[in-house]
Amino acid sequence: MRLWKKFKNSYALYSFLRDPVAMGSFIILSVLALSAFGAPIIAPHNPYDTTTINIMDAELPPVWQEDADPSFLLGTDAQGRDMLSTMLYGMRVSLVIGIGATMLQAIIGIILGLISGYRGGKIDSFLMRMADVQLSFSTLMVAIFLSAIFQALFGVAAFERLAIPFLVLVIGIAEWPQYARTVRASVLAEKKKEYVEAARVIGLPSRRIMWRHILPNTLSPILVLSTVQVAHAILSEAALSFLGLGMPITKPSLGSLINSGFDYIFSGSWWITLFPGFLLVLLILVINLLGDFVQDVLNPKLYKG
Amino acid sequence: MTTMNKLLVRLHNVVKHFDISGGFLDRISFTQGRPCLRSTTVKAINSVSLDIFQGEILSIVGESGCGKSTLGRTILGLYPPTSGEIYFQDTRVDNLSSDAWLPFRRQMQMVFQDPYASLNPRMTVRQILEEPVRFHFPELKTPEVRDKVSEVMLQVGVDPAWAGRFPHEFSGGQRQRISIARALMVDPMFIVADEPISALDVSIQAQILNLIMDCQERFGLTYMFITHDLSVVEHISTRVAVMYLGTLCELANKEQLYQEPLHPYSRALLSAIPKLGITNFDHIRLKGEVPTPINLPSGCVFHTRCPYTNKRCQQEMPTLLTASNGTMVACHGVEEGRI
Repeated sequence: MRLWKKFKNSYALYSFLRDPVAMGSFIILSVLALSAFGAPIIAPHNPYDTTTINIMDAELPPVWQEDADPSFLLGTDAQGRDMLSTMLYGMRVSLVIGIGATMLQAIIGIILGLISGYRGGKIDSFLMRMADVQLSFSTLMVAIFLSAIFQALFGVAAFERLAIPFLVLVIGIAEWPQYARTVRASVLAEKKKEYVEAARVIGLPSRRIMWRHILPNTLSPILVLSTVQVAHAILSEAALSFLGLGMPITKPSLGSLINSGFDYIFSGSWWITLFPGFLLVLLILVINLLGDFVQDVLNPKLYKG
Repeated sequence: MTTMNKLLVRLHNVVKHFDISGGFLDRISFTQGRPCLRSTTVKAINSVSLDIFQGEILSIVGESGCGKSTLGRTILGLYPPTSGEIYFQDTRVDNLSSDAWLPFRRQMQMVFQDPYASLNPRMTVRQILEEPVRFHFPELKTPEVRDKVSEVMLQVGVDPAWAGRFPHEFSGGQRQRISIARALMVDPMFIVADEPISALDVSIQAQILNLIMDCQERFGLTYMFITHDLSVVEHISTRVAVMYLGTLCELANKEQLYQEPLHPYSRALLSAIPKLGITNFDHIRLKGEVPTPINLPSGCVFHTRCPYTNKRCQQEMPTLLTASNGTMVACHGVEEGRI
């Protein structure tokens, strides 16, 4: 109750209610997320259930065009799956991978960044050089490399089963330096402040000082980074899927849907690529706009002209 | 002077140098065509020996950058000394592991300069005050800890009903009271107060000073009071130590120092106190600037600016000797009787 009251009087809510872009983004994101996670209930068809798919329905156009079947609102893809349902399921996969990978990045990055910033010295140099090395390989390169190895070792069947955790792992590992660097930078600023010295005078062990005193004070940059990173992870996954190294076509994400439709775009079936593409753009856009808003709220010194 | 009790803290030739030479690549330099590793150190404290007695307020004065704060932090183990020994009640504490330090953490606390930075902005006052008690006395139950928090808050003059608030909801003076309360939570014997009033308004300064002196009377505390405000020093201290460029120039009872400063630097410093109603303000003007603590002057560190300097001052470092009136002073001139 108290928390609710505090939230009701907070500056964040105040500025949120006066920012139409942020409100719009939030509403769109909520609708997208709800329909993605509620896909099994909302979606008119189940694209994972092969018994309901009829190859004769393949490449049907959206309802407002000629030769359309009214039960497939946005048309069907090359396997005869309903585009709308497949996109909803696909967005769920994309969101799960995006959020999961960001959480993994955050866990690795925050722990290493805290240690690096607080301990300093050789540990700091070692961890930051490791981060440099990691950053010098692009996410895609690491992912392509690892998934090629994985598919070669365990076969494509195993990859199709383990695709989601594998992509979370790959994107999570490839991008942790972003978090580590951000956290380290704020830890360096925070640890010079006197409240940290006061905690040391009390005699608190350094692990407790790092977690209880420094980390809560570095949360705002972490929060801002997280919104950007979720969007980034979804994009990375889409790019990987587009290259054929991400989600298999049996369990498509938005990226693999775009990819699968790409082969048909010149034969006139533009909807297979275009609709998931629009959805992806919309999803990334609203996440980024919300991220901008969060950044403005948490950093009141940043005035926009 | 109050009755001189037991020795509480003893510093013996404490030295603290900070290495600022940076990474490996920054350190490479070429002398006569050969690569070699150069290291740059800031000599923050140079061989300071000092005794602090139980129940006194020892003020450390000196200008910015003379090592006052570093000295206080070194005593509390925030910086390990480069060499020298620190004793607390006859136990050597400077080489202890962090676990072995813990019982002494309960005895020695610190009050910081900036009341806006010394309280964690994400913790409520109750959390800030409870943390040291819960950590050092884990056997205490929650109601006992709460009682202790309210008791100490009352003692420092902050309403215990405000314990649920965050530090930013308080004014500077109130924050400094909370900072003092945090130090008092573990019932310490010795408090290092690092310029506790310099960041406050003059009217609040007096309140906080009175609070500090109150606490001393009530709990029999010993203070090391670091400041550059000489009027405050005159008001509060038992003894005064004057520091210049990381060395101790003079250590005297307050009355003796203010009536008859012996060291040339102390004289210059005390003559610079502004006084009301004096028209021809004539203070001793020192020539030049304070030398950098990276390259200390040879001999007496003050010889570059001292009006009484001679050859011996340039070559030989003076040691702290007891002068005729009981003051400890490190000056060749005073020792030879030519000042």
